Amino acid sequence: MTELTIYELSQQGRTGVQFPEPDVPISALPETFKREEINLPELSEQDVIRHFTNLSKLNYAIDSGFYPLGSCTMKYNPKINEVVSRLPDFANTHPLQPIVSVQGNLYLMYQLQEWLQEISGFHRVCLTPAAGAHGEFVGGLIIKKYHQVNKDPKRVKILIPDSAHGTNPATSSMSGFNVVALPSDERGNVDIEALKAECDDTLAGLMLTNPNTLGLFDENVVEVIQMVHDAGGLVYGDGANLNALLGILRPGDVGFDIMHFNLHKTFSTPHGGGGPGSGPVGVSKALAEFLPSPIVTIIEEGDEDLPPFFGFYNPKHTIGRMKAFYGHFGVHIRAYTYIAMHGPKGLRDIGEKAVLNANYLMTKVKQDYHLPYDRLCMHEFVVEGKWDEIPNIHALDISKRLMDYGFHPPTNYFPLIVHEALMIEPTETESKQTLDAFAKAMASIAKEAREDPTKLTGAPFTTPIGRCDEVKAARDLVLCCYIPEE
Amino acid sequence: MKTPDGLLYAKTDEWIKLDGKEAVLGITDFAQDQLSDVVYVEFMIDVDDQVTKGDAVATVESVKAASDVNFPASGKIIAINEDLIDAPELLNSDPYEGGWMVKMMIDDPSELEELLEAEAYEAYNEEREG
Amino acid sequence: MFTPHTPQEIVEMLKVIGVDRIEDLFTSVPEKYRFPKLDIADRLSEMEVLAELNEIASANASTDDFISFLGAGAYDHYIPAAVDMLLQRGEFYTAYTPYQPEVSQGTLQSIFEFQSLMTELTGMDVSNASHYDGATAAAEAVNMAFHIFRGKRKKILVSRAVNPQYRETIRTYMQGQENVQIIGDEEGTDFFDENQTFIEKIDNNTAVVVVQYPDFFGRINDYTKLIESAHEKGALVTFVFNPTALGLLKPPGAFDVDIAVGDGQPLGIPLSYGGPYLGIFTTKEKYIRKLAGRLVGETVDDSGNRAYVLTLTAREQHIRREKSTSNICTNQGLMVLAATIYLSVLGKSGFKQVANLCYQKAHYAADQISRLEGYELAFKETPFFHEFVIKTPKPVNQINLHLQNHWILGGYDLSQDYPELDNHMLIAVTEKISRDDIDEFVMALEEVAHD
Repeated sequence: MTELTIYELSQQGRTGVQFPEPDVPISALPETFKREEINLPELSEQDVIRHFTNLSKLNYAIDSGFYPLGSCTMKYNPKINEVVSRLPDFANTHPLQPIVSVQGNLYLMYQLQEWLQEISGFHRVCLTPAAGAHGEFVGGLIIKKYHQVNKDPKRVKILIPDSAHGTNPATSSMSGFNVVALPSDERGNVDIEALKAECDDTLAGLMLTNPNTLGLFDENVVEVIQMVHDAGGLVYGDGANLNALLGILRPGDVGFDIMHFNLHKTFSTPHGGGGPGSGPVGVSKALAEFLPSPIVTIIEEGDEDLPPFFGFYNPKHTIGRMKAFYGHFGVHIRAYTYIAMHGPKGLRDIGEKAVLNANYLMTKVKQDYHLPYDRLCMHEFVVEGKWDEIPNIHALDISKRLMDYGFHPPTNYFPLIVHEALMIEPTETESKQTLDAFAKAMASIAKEAREDPTKLTGAPFTTPIGRCDEVKAARDLVLCCYIPEE
Repeated sequence: MKTPDGLLYAKTDEWIKLDGKEAVLGITDFAQDQLSDVVYVEFMIDVDDQVTKGDAVATVESVKAASDVNFPASGKIIAINEDLIDAPELLNSDPYEGGWMVKMMIDDPSELEELLEAEAYEAYNEEREG
Repeated sequence: MFTPHTPQEIVEMLKVIGVDRIEDLFTSVPEKYRFPKLDIADRLSEMEVLAELNEIASANASTDDFISFLGAGAYDHYIPAAVDMLLQRGEFYTAYTPYQPEVSQGTLQSIFEFQSLMTELTGMDVSNASHYDGATAAAEAVNMAFHIFRGKRKKILVSRAVNPQYRETIRTYMQGQENVQIIGDEEGTDFFDENQTFIEKIDNNTAVVVVQYPDFFGRINDYTKLIESAHEKGALVTFVFNPTALGLLKPPGAFDVDIAVGDGQPLGIPLSYGGPYLGIFTTKEKYIRKLAGRLVGETVDDSGNRAYVLTLTAREQHIRREKSTSNICTNQGLMVLAATIYLSVLGKSGFKQVANLCYQKAHYAADQISRLEGYELAFKETPFFHEFVIKTPKPVNQINLHLQNHWILGGYDLSQDYPELDNHMLIAVTEKISRDDIDEFVMALEEVAHD
């Protein structure tokens, strides 16, 4: 079942959306710069509507089903978000309009900054980074600049737990640091002895995800942070797993110096098939002057008659601008709306239910799958997608078979410290019925693995396409549509 | 898993065939098995380059991994196997012959003393897999 | 809110887990810090939150209220109805990154089509599946050039006529690398002879030369000599382009540039106060493996059906980790779809029409304004696309204040970024502007000159 491409559907001479003739006298473009031809497809509007409508039907999405993807927080995306972000007085504002004409936008961004600060326990938040990895890059650059300003250039080492997401070491390299991996202990916590050995005067900082990618809250987090601080380093928190901590714990309170948020994870802004995200960064008071530019601030305080007047400022030791303009405002609106609809009680409810759902599902799934770290989890847990007695079955096969049961697979092969890892994060928006159905499917697949493994190795059978030849995709690179000669 | 005699093996899964001061270098059967289908080989050096032990020879890319191949000794590059650029799968099908990666002149053969003989490398592999 | 649990279900679930209360699930969280009280506003219902957002929005004025001549990196183009209707399909916007191709062919094929459209638009060999925006794409281009030379060439040459925010972003990105020199855009660099002085600075230590096409002032410069010199010295050339302009102008690929980046916001993406936008990143085939970001490739499934998958993923952060050259993970998926739909529904004919309308209207406006006393076209000798610079009789902010009273948004005040360009305004004209709008603008400009 495949769709033709827009180039294959194209018919010479067919037109779609058209525009009026110029209503001004004609000027000619110098020949030297004139383009000879541009080979875009020629389709009618109805061709385009049908094509993309049919493509959409080939997709799985949160709106169609459950995504137990660990580390992604695939929670329900409220529809009100789509209404508010499209209000013309938001959507049609140009970023370079005089600030007096966009006080609504600035108020919203300021309030979102304040709320994120309060929720996470950080002193100041910058909304500009475009995604989590972008926010991580901010963290790396802040750590670098902090030590530079403190005239401590020996500090070139960043410690990263071996369970960390790939963006952590990639970011550290981009920021100009050397990466040293820290092992985890048998309970899934950062190995304290290993950490102690690395706490010297070359330590720039530690990047820590808590709860970690095993879904476990580090039982020594306060001590770990203290050790790094005592050695003169900073602690960066990867906020991807913040969903477990809403209303439960504020990372700033336990000593994290910097943290990025993933608005498209924790704060329900949609994933969009791979973005746009938004990765604001929060910092402690000592680091506030290192944040990227610009940050929304109150330029003139208000009084009983007038609201405050908002504008931008650039922090004193700013690491600089991370991208053009002010960040993903369209995403900020959605996060603002989400927080406004939840309030303190609603946010705590999210944290509690996310953890309740994960522990419930873990209790059921571990009956058939090995759980390497058997203790209460936070919002996600990791099981092994393999059985020693069935060596031919891998996590990949279980994942592909889950699609035949109508579920999107969990995260595969991550974290690297668990063999054939399946990382499962239900989120708080899934019902007990959905969780039960998923657990039942997992149990059924475990049974199939023993009784009829071809059901797994040949899966999926009921999806629009079957397993793909990824080797061919990499060896015979085809990255563009075939465009027939005119 | 093939581990031919007469070659020296690094714990980082490179093999080296020594002929006086001339050496041929590649990756082992164990390495190609771990990587699975190789899709691309990117050489980090050119012919006539002087390299140091530990320098990167090439990056070998498969669908699920990208691994660095490093020099177990210092020396000068005399040849690179250009066949690997169009047929990277040679590393999977023929890692010890057709899949050779570089030929070099070794400066100091004593650098190779820490490498393992075939039997010792096999034992090391068994230890790792277990 | 959105948690569906009934009290009964909670009791059952706790029983299965083996704890008495929900609070018992959090024993690993230090008691001292557990369950903080959050000082934020109490929750609102959907009805109330919509009213609140409406009120906040009403404190704004938008391009619906003004006739807008603002460009400088974000452009007010017409977005056909089909774009947003398709974008609102839940199967697209609530889908995840397409790591499981069997259930993501919709997303994957549309990205593949985007890649094709971008290579066609730019004349380059390959496009990735997007970057955050034009500024970060430019920064990643510099980063990529730096890595292509394995850090051996440490000089980056950037034209002062490249968007100032893009240049700032490039500097932010490169501060993690040792001893990198970013030069060429110092204050006082001459705009008129820029090309030549620039060429003189290219040497064997230059990794990449970055120029904009059309440039920040709207000018269409002839970079052929510059590109020749750069390539002679082994340096790479990066163009920062405007996508609408490429409907009319020779594409970057025709000039043999090595990397072409830009912002795709003009392609069906609303202004949205600066974001989310769309970073376009294209390059030559020989640099494919140095390309950061996702790539979709064509292949077949186990039944021989054509299928699309993310490919060359071994370059990316989740595999290379600290050895990857970039850390990008989430990109701009939905914006990619918007641009793909926009270009599909406009097609060859519609897109050329838009480019032509922008060109014609901008030239009419420039012509009319330059006839006014006290106003002059700067950079008279160089052709332009849809943006141009005029010298004004009074400071730009004064003029703009006057224009606002006529519900006109004047152009960008260049003195903010170029101290020697006080009383210089950057004006953009798109297909949305009518001849009457331009005449009104000209009349208002005339008025304010005589105040």
